[in-house]
Amino acid sequence: MSVPLVNSLPPAIALDDVTRSFNHRTIIDHVSLTVQQGELFGLLGPSGSGKTTLIKLMAGIDRADSGRAYMLGTPLPKLEMLHQFGYMAQSDALYMELSGRQNMSFFGKLYGLKRAVLKQRIEEAASLVNLTDHLNKQVAAYSGGMKRRLSLAIALMHRPTLLVLDEPTVGIDPVLRRSIWQELRSLTAKGTTIIVTTHVMDEAEKCDRLGLIREGRFIAVDTPASLLAQTGCSTIEEAFIALGSRLEGGAVQ
Amino acid sequence: MRVGALALRIMQQFVRDRRTLALLFIAPLFVLTLMKFVFDGQAVSPDIGVAEVPAVLSEQLTSADADIKSYSSVDEAMEDLRKSKLDAVLTLNNGRPSITLEGSDPSTNKAVLLVLQNILRDHANIDTSLVVSYLHGSADMASFDSFGPVLIGFFSFFFVFLLAGVSFLRERTSGTLERLLATPIRRHEIVAGYLAGFGIFALLQATLIAAYSVKVLDMYMVGSIGYMLLINLLLALTALTLGTLLSSFASTEFQIIQFIPIVVVPQAFFSGLFNLEAMSPWLQKLSYIMPLYYGADAMRGIMIRGEGWGDFGVDAFVLLGFSALFALLNVIALRKHRRL
Repeated sequence: MSVPLVNSLPPAIALDDVTRSFNHRTIIDHVSLTVQQGELFGLLGPSGSGKTTLIKLMAGIDRADSGRAYMLGTPLPKLEMLHQFGYMAQSDALYMELSGRQNMSFFGKLYGLKRAVLKQRIEEAASLVNLTDHLNKQVAAYSGGMKRRLSLAIALMHRPTLLVLDEPTVGIDPVLRRSIWQELRSLTAKGTTIIVTTHVMDEAEKCDRLGLIREGRFIAVDTPASLLAQTGCSTIEEAFIALGSRLEGGAVQ
Repeated sequence: MRVGALALRIMQQFVRDRRTLALLFIAPLFVLTLMKFVFDGQAVSPDIGVAEVPAVLSEQLTSADADIKSYSSVDEAMEDLRKSKLDAVLTLNNGRPSITLEGSDPSTNKAVLLVLQNILRDHANIDTSLVVSYLHGSADMASFDSFGPVLIGFFSFFFVFLLAGVSFLRERTSGTLERLLATPIRRHEIVAGYLAGFGIFALLQATLIAAYSVKVLDMYMVGSIGYMLLINLLLALTALTLGTLLSSFASTEFQIIQFIPIVVVPQAFFSGLFNLEAMSPWLQKLSYIMPLYYGADAMRGIMIRGEGWGDFGVDAFVLLGFSALFALLNVIALRKHRRL
């Protein structure tokens, strides 16, 4: 049986009965979740289901109204924990006037990377996403895919323990997408925890576990294989739809 | 370190944005030049102090279009003149009327002289050749020299306000602020970084405007150019902190523009461009909450009256206080985006 290694490390993320609402609308509704270190966790859900809010709660950028959140065993929110956190936002939050290198250098310095290390990490992260040749170009001249790759490189460059990628591979061609996923895999092998939101179902299948979120609640959290087994579906997409309609139509099982 | 990184980034962005640079550096010079060509002074009713003059003369002055205040000694009157409580002091010197003008505002000078000449014409028994001397300024000072200092302050304020507001807003709307707040940067570091990054450009702008006004436009200037730069920089800092603070309450660039009639234009009215004496006293007090009032007061003092730190120090501290307050409020306003 492939039981995940029971180790003494604290979980990368632990949410304990977390609730968050804005203007009397409950966005995250009593959610509990544990993500182990080194896990590649996929977050699936329609837009507006609360994914981004959940990510912010995991990182401690936002504070829960009730319930507790921990990153690597430390209660959140705590500013120091953001050093451990790498984030690729859904919209490319880049400075268009600057070159790719200037963007990377800016964010790198915010994480306290110093000259030599900074330079080396920029090269490293840029080559990983195939941007080395374009680093001195102004970002305004980048294509959509290049911007995504730059965002990814920025999220990686300070070698975070917890990496959250919001739709990382949108606009990235299949060849590069594959190499990015290989890299994500090698990161988790080294102990980095990765949380990915995605709409691409074949990507979802590559995750260790999937969390299907709807209206601020998890409707299922499990490995892709057991989600398929549970629903009797052949693809994650079908499983997702089946689980969703189950929720709407009441318990079928 | 992070503050430095943020400041550097802002500068890099700026250098790539030629039009914005032009707005910051060229536009104020352009408008100042236009103002110099266009403007002409307006008449006011002057405050004249009289000391040791025949009773007949002071009675006649009272009936004229002037506010007359009698003093028992010349020294007392001159003291009030120095404090800018009076526009002019009239005395008799060996039988000849002698007038000392405060001199900062040419239009006031003109008004004083006009009143006096009208009255003295009717006096056969006094020597009518008036002896005119100036406490500050001189006879050939033009109107523009008088409100030029105010305009210098106003344009530094206005353009920096606009730029800071819009660029901080863009940080928010482009999603980079959210991204920034996912890094371990502290809120006060963001505000400080903005201050430092923009501060450099504000300093450059202040230097350029000051040099252009004095050297090219040949404005009247007797004070220290260093003091002038200092006040200009402090005004720009106030504009910077106020602009970034207010941008938290705007969601588009257009809404930043909407702050201009509310925040910037009233300050122009109260800054000394126009004579406030006609306004009711309680309304005049509004000027105390306007940063530009202090900046303009200090600029005028330095350029026309050659004032030193002892005279405008209070203005400088008030401006610094405004900046500190706005910066602090900005740090608090950022809580909206991240609690930490």
